[in-house]
Amino acid sequence: MKISIEHLARLARLSVTEEEKTLFANQIDGILNYVDKLNELDTVNVEPTSHVILLSNVVREDLQGDSLDREDALMNAPDRTDKFYRVPKIIE
Amino acid sequence: MELYSFGIAELKRMLENREVSAKDIHGSVYKRIDAVEGRIRAYVTITQEKALEMAEQSDKERAAGNKKTLSGIPIAIKDNICTKGILTTCSSRILSNFIPPYESAVTAKLLENGYVLSGKTNMDEFAMGSSTENSGFHATKNPWDTDRIPGGSSGGSAAAVAADECIAAFGSDTGGSIRQPASFCGVVGLKPTYGRVSRYGLVAFASSLDQIGPITKNITDAAILMNIISGRDPRDSTSAPVSVPDFTSGLGKDIKGLRIGVPQEYFIEGIDPEVGQSVRNAIKHFESLGAVPVEISLPHTGYAVAAYYVLATSEASSNLARYDGVKYGFRAEGKDLLDMYMNSRAQGFGPEVKRRIMLGTYTLSSGYYDAYYRKAQQVRTLIKGDFDNAFKTVDLIVTPTSPTPAFKAGEKTDDPLQMYLADIFTISVNLAGVPAISIPCGFTSGSLPIGLQLIAGHFDEAALLRASYAYEQSTEWHKRKPNL
Repeated sequence: MKISIEHLARLARLSVTEEEKTLFANQIDGILNYVDKLNELDTVNVEPTSHVILLSNVVREDLQGDSLDREDALMNAPDRTDKFYRVPKIIE
Repeated sequence: MELYSFGIAELKRMLENREVSAKDIHGSVYKRIDAVEGRIRAYVTITQEKALEMAEQSDKERAAGNKKTLSGIPIAIKDNICTKGILTTCSSRILSNFIPPYESAVTAKLLENGYVLSGKTNMDEFAMGSSTENSGFHATKNPWDTDRIPGGSSGGSAAAVAADECIAAFGSDTGGSIRQPASFCGVVGLKPTYGRVSRYGLVAFASSLDQIGPITKNITDAAILMNIISGRDPRDSTSAPVSVPDFTSGLGKDIKGLRIGVPQEYFIEGIDPEVGQSVRNAIKHFESLGAVPVEISLPHTGYAVAAYYVLATSEASSNLARYDGVKYGFRAEGKDLLDMYMNSRAQGFGPEVKRRIMLGTYTLSSGYYDAYYRKAQQVRTLIKGDFDNAFKTVDLIVTPTSPTPAFKAGEKTDDPLQMYLADIFTISVNLAGVPAISIPCGFTSGSLPIGLQLIAGHFDEAALLRASYAYEQSTEWHKRKPNL
């Protein structure tokens, strides 16, 4: 086993059951073993590609545009009060 | 022939000649949906009333002399493309109540052109899957054989087009999610060049790979839709400032002398013999139309799936961090804020999404970033280089879209890696950012559709459409319909 699912799940902000821990650990381990085939390739002098179309420094005029209306932005909130999103208490 | 079975171009002509009204088409399409949707389940949300309003509006506008390209044409939209005021779920519990307060760039252009929204189509949750079995709501069936999957992740869109539950549809393609279901359902699916179409309002899965494209009954309709959706959009900084040609203008031109590359790596052992034979027959057919097949090699093909599953999951783990139960979507109870996040995500996401988020979290985590993420980006460079080299000597590349026809429901659900390998012929295209199309090229002895993939160089969708049209017009495959 290469990975600690508990640690990963915490990083990913996912609570996992005991059953899921075993299942995911085996499956992710299998996928990582498959992915290891990338190491067959020598890439020492190869530049990484993050985007295929060569665009750089895409900028625009610093002008005020339309933005979402506050009510529209809040309409999907699971919990709200007045003009705020409401979440469980953070500060004791 | 019933109105629902026609394509865009034919209905447009009938509308313009006043032979039919948009309301007639609406009536026909929803009659069809009533008759077959119970067996296919292509839709998450059917927008019949809204569509009626849009159809009536379209009839009014036409009576006033207003000509819009898609006026009165019912089109289905994959449920990861935001439609203002209309539920957009990504087939996920975590977005099951999400109503977008804004319109995606693509659907805004469709609205300008007078389209009628037939409904939002089912998909693998967050577009993660190849069978539409990962939908958080229900599975979609293949109209050619309802024991089989329609492909994925745009399986709802492809099934809706094949079953005539709409006139055309849109999907999104991150690793084959337009082309593979189009292939399995016997329809046309085009993934444009990365940057050709704005992603504004497309719920992000893997931002460097995602692209929206049309799924249609024929090539002409794909060209018509590409004319509408293409072009730079300041709201998507990755959309390219490249001029957009009239994609319909090349249709009907001959393909004499067109050099079509046949990559040896795509005609391998393990490919279904009937699929291999159909594609080889199609290559001979292209030759009879004057094209010149050229043996080529794309040597890094065998590494594409591995590179893809590192890059796509890494990007997904970052993109899906936004689902925290605060601003929109599903929220679970928790004893504190962190607990609320973790429970909301655990209960809101399905197993495949969780698996990919964790895999992506791992490959981006401290100590593993270089070994996985950077390595996969380097391999991406090699794969893109394969295509750059190939397009120095050929105009197009031809491959099977998928190594097999549609597989049985449940066949690959227990083994994620086997499911990933179903995308082996479509994934390289996304990594290289080039455009590709899947078109019908035959049927198995069991009457399942077989798809052919054509790949072109960056921004050369016109070549894909021209060659596909020449093939389509001289074959009969696209005329067959499933018995429903």
